[in-house]
Amino acid sequence: MLKRIAQGLVAIVGALLIVFVAQRLSGDPVALMLPMDAGEEDFAAMRSALGLDKPLPLQFAIFLGNALQGDFGQSYQWNAPAMQLILERLPATLELAMAGLVFALLLAVPLGVLSAVHRGGAIDRAGKIFAMLGQAVPGFWIGLLLILFIAVELQWLPAFGRGDLSHLLLPAIALGWYPVAAMTRTLRSSMLDILESDYIRMERAIGLPERAIVWRYALRNAMAPLATMIGVYFANMLGGAFVIEVVFAWPGVGRTVVEAVFARDFPVVQAGVVLSAVVFVAVNLLVDLSYGFIDPRIRHD
Amino acid sequence: MTETTLPRPLLGRLLRGAASRIRGGEGGFPWLAASVLATVLACALFGPWIAPHEAGAISLADAMTPPAWEEGGSSEFLLGTDNLGRDILSRIIAGARVSAVVALYAIVISGLIGAVLGMAAGYFGGVVDALISRLIDIQMSVPSIPLAMLFAAVLPPGEAMVIFIIVLSYWTWYARIVRGEVLSLRERDFIALAKIAGVATPIIFIRHLAPNLLNILLVLATLQFGSVIVFEAGLSFLGLGIQPPQVSWGGMLADGRNFIEVAWWLITIPGIAIMAACLASNLVGDWLRDTFDPVRRQI
Amino acid sequence: MVTSASSSNESLLEVQDLKTHLFLKRGVVRAVDGVSFDLAGGETLGLIGESGSGKTMTGLSLLGLPPKPAGRIVAGSIRLGGTELVGMGEEELAADVRGSRIAMISQDPMTSLNPVFTVGSQVAAPIRAHVADGNSRGAALDMAVRELDRVRVPSASARARDYPHQFSGGMRQRVVAAMAIACQPEVLIADEPTSALDVTIQVQLMDLIERIQGDTGAGLLFITHDLGVAASLCHRIAVMYAGRIVELAEVEALYRDPRHPYSQGLLASVPRLGQRKRLTSIPGNPPNPLSLPTGCAFHPRCPHATEQCRNEAPPEVTLNDGDTLSRRVACWLEA
Repeated sequence: MLKRIAQGLVAIVGALLIVFVAQRLSGDPVALMLPMDAGEEDFAAMRSALGLDKPLPLQFAIFLGNALQGDFGQSYQWNAPAMQLILERLPATLELAMAGLVFALLLAVPLGVLSAVHRGGAIDRAGKIFAMLGQAVPGFWIGLLLILFIAVELQWLPAFGRGDLSHLLLPAIALGWYPVAAMTRTLRSSMLDILESDYIRMERAIGLPERAIVWRYALRNAMAPLATMIGVYFANMLGGAFVIEVVFAWPGVGRTVVEAVFARDFPVVQAGVVLSAVVFVAVNLLVDLSYGFIDPRIRHD
Repeated sequence: MTETTLPRPLLGRLLRGAASRIRGGEGGFPWLAASVLATVLACALFGPWIAPHEAGAISLADAMTPPAWEEGGSSEFLLGTDNLGRDILSRIIAGARVSAVVALYAIVISGLIGAVLGMAAGYFGGVVDALISRLIDIQMSVPSIPLAMLFAAVLPPGEAMVIFIIVLSYWTWYARIVRGEVLSLRERDFIALAKIAGVATPIIFIRHLAPNLLNILLVLATLQFGSVIVFEAGLSFLGLGIQPPQVSWGGMLADGRNFIEVAWWLITIPGIAIMAACLASNLVGDWLRDTFDPVRRQI
Repeated sequence: MVTSASSSNESLLEVQDLKTHLFLKRGVVRAVDGVSFDLAGGETLGLIGESGSGKTMTGLSLLGLPPKPAGRIVAGSIRLGGTELVGMGEEELAADVRGSRIAMISQDPMTSLNPVFTVGSQVAAPIRAHVADGNSRGAALDMAVRELDRVRVPSASARARDYPHQFSGGMRQRVVAAMAIACQPEVLIADEPTSALDVTIQVQLMDLIERIQGDTGAGLLFITHDLGVAASLCHRIAVMYAGRIVELAEVEALYRDPRHPYSQGLLASVPRLGQRKRLTSIPGNPPNPLSLPTGCAFHPRCPHATEQCRNEAPPEVTLNDGDTLSRRVACWLEA
C-alpha cells in the first residue's frame, strides 16, 4: 500500500513537471503581465521578482514548493488565488461526476447481469448494440441531443445551469453515457465466467433461489473487476466533465478552466489541471483500497 | 488405477469449444463498417472534388435551409444549410478531411513513439523499463482532457497543436501494449538465438521484433481511429482544436449549438458523422483483432 | 467390504430410463441414455465409469441441473419418495428438492466455495433457504457452526468467520460436505469427492461421509472412477459406459465375477493384493460422444463382440445372483 501511495506521489510530481514545462512553453510570462510600453529594465526587474533568472531546476523546485502549498499564483481575470477559484468550483464538478457514475452503474449493473443471465437473448443483443454505440457516440453530442429533445422539444427538464435534481439529470446522463458500455460488457463477461463456476453450481445444487445466486452470490464476485473500472471511469469523468460542463453551462472546474484558456488566464488553467491530476490519483488509490472490502483474498494478502 | 483413467474428458473439451464458439461467434467481414470507413477516407482524399459546394461559401439568401426531405428543403442543399447559408453536406465532407488527416497523423506519430519506447522498455528491461514505465504512469495520471487544456492554453491553436495533444495522450496505449508483447517475445527462441548469434540490437528491433508487432499495432491503430476522431471533435467543439475557417465536425456542433432551438439538423448531422466514422473504425478494428488474434489477447 | 444391502427394501429414489442429452452445435450428445436404478435409505450405490461415461451427468440430472443451455432431460422418470422430479418447475426444484432432499458434494473443493463469502454464511445459506426456523441470520449461523462441527472442522465457531482461501483443501471439502448435509437430505450425491485430495485426507473424508450417512440414514450415490474406493464404501455398484449402465450388481458379486466384458476389463486393470498377474488395460479409447457406435457402444473394444453386438443394442437382463440378490447386465453374452 505504501508503494502505491509513493507511486501516486511520483505521478503527481510528474504531473507538476508537465505543467511546469507547459508553463515555460507559453513563452515569456513577463510579456503578458507588463504593459506594452514597459522598458527593458522593467522586464529584468519582473524576471528576477518572479525568479525567472534562476536556473531551470531551481525554478522547478520553487514552483514545486509553491504548488505543494497550493499556490499557483493569482488569476489574471478574477484577481484571486487560482487554486482557491478552482477549489470553489470543485464541489459542482464532483457532484456532476458522482451523478454520472450513479447513472452509469444504475444502467450498467442490471444490463450486464441480465445480458449474462439471458445470454444471446433480447437484452444481450440490445446491450451489444448499445455498447457499440456507446463507445462511438461522444458524450457532448448526447448532451446536445438531450437538450434538443428533452429540454427544447419536450421542455421536460432545464437545459442549463446548476440547481436542483432536474438540472443534474441531463448532464449526468451525458457524462455517464460513455462508461455504461464498457461497464456492461465487463460485468457481462465476468458474470458469464462466474455463473459457470463450480461454486455457483454448488449453490444451485443446494437449492438457493436463482435470484439470490445471480444478484448476491455471483454479482459480488463480479464487482471486483468492475471496481477497477469504476475508479478509472470516475477519474475520466472528472476530465470528461470539462466538455459536458461547457455544454450544459455547469459552473464547475471544467467550464472555469475552458474560460481561463480563452482568457489566457494561465494560473487558473494550471491549478485546474493539477487538481484534476491529484483527484485522479486519489480516486485510483481509493479504488485499490476498496479491493480489500470486495475481495477477502486481497485483504488477507 | 492409472490404466482406467482415460484421456482428458472429451465431453468437457467439446462443451468448452462450443461455448467459445458461441461467445466469439460473429466472424464475417464487416462490409458496411468498412465501406463507411472507406467513404470517410475517400472524402479526405477527394473531398474538394466530391463536395457539391465550396465548404466555406456563404450564401445568406439560403441560410437555415432544412435538409431536402423536410418542408422548405431544397435539393441543392441535401443536408440543409447553416446560419450563413453554407452547405452542410459540403462541410461534412470537408470536416471528414480534417478529421481523417488529424487522426492519421496523430495515430502514426503516437504509434511510432509508443512502439519505440514500448520496445525499448520490454527489450532492455531494468532501468530503461523502470524509467519508461514510470513515464507511462505519470502520463496516465493526468486525465487527457485537462492535459489538452493545458497545452491548448500555451500553444498556438491549429492542426499541429491538436495532433500534438492527441499524441501526448495516446502514445502510452501503444507503449504499454507493445511493452507487454515484447516481454513475451523476448523469451522466444528466435530472439534469444539472434542475441546469442551477436546480431546488433537495432537489427533485432527492426528485423525480429517489429514484424511481430505489426499486427497488434495495426489493430490498435484502427481501434483508435474512432477514438481519436471523437477526441478531436471534443477539442474543436470547445473551440480549442481546429480553428475556423478550417471545418471540423466538432466545430460545426459548436456553431450549431447556438441555433439548437431553430435548426435541429445543425447539431444532429455532424454528430451522426462522428458516430458513423467512429463506429465503423471500431467494428473494422474488432474484426482485425479477431482475425489476427483469435485467442483474444487483451487489447 | 460391506456385504449386506440396506435394511429396508423400500426404495427412496427410483430412476427409470433416464435420458439427458446435450444439444450442441455439432450434434447431440446422449450423455445419459436410458439409465435405471434405485436407491434405498442408508444404502450406498457406486456409480463407476470412465470420464465422459455420463456418471456426473446422471448426478446432475437427479438435481435437475444438466449443464445449461445445452443439456436437457429428454425422457425418463426420477421419483423421490413418490414425488416425480422430471418436469418439476425450476423454482420448485430449488425450493423443495435441491439441498433439502437431494444434495451433492461436488468434485473440486478448491473451486466449490464462493471466494467472497465467509464459510459460515455459505453453510448457513441452504439452512436459511430451506429450514423454516433457520430464517433468522443468527439462528442459521448457529446451525451452520453445528454442521461445521459435525464434519469435524476444528474450532468451528471461530473458523465460520473465515473465508475459503484461509482453509486447506481437505478442510474445504469438509465445508462443502457441511453445506450438502446442512438440511439433512434424504439422498446425498458425492461426485468424486476424493479425487482432488491426497491419500490420507481421502481416507478421512471417506470415513466422514460414511459416518454422515450413518447419522442421517441418507441414501448415498457415490460417483467415482476409483474402483478401490468404491469397493470399500458401496453396497452395490453400477458400471456406466457411454451413457448406459452396463452392469449393476452387489459389490462382492461384481468383484468376484464381473459379467459384462467392460466390467471385466475395468477390474482387470486394478492392482490387487497377492495377485501377480500383469495388469491389463482395456484396448481402444472411449467412443466419440457425438457419434456412438451402433449396437452395443462397447463393441469396438470388446474381445467377445459378435455381428449382433455391432447391429443391435443389448437388452438389460436380470440374472439371479443367489438367494434374493440380483444383478442386471446389458450384454448379448448374457441375453
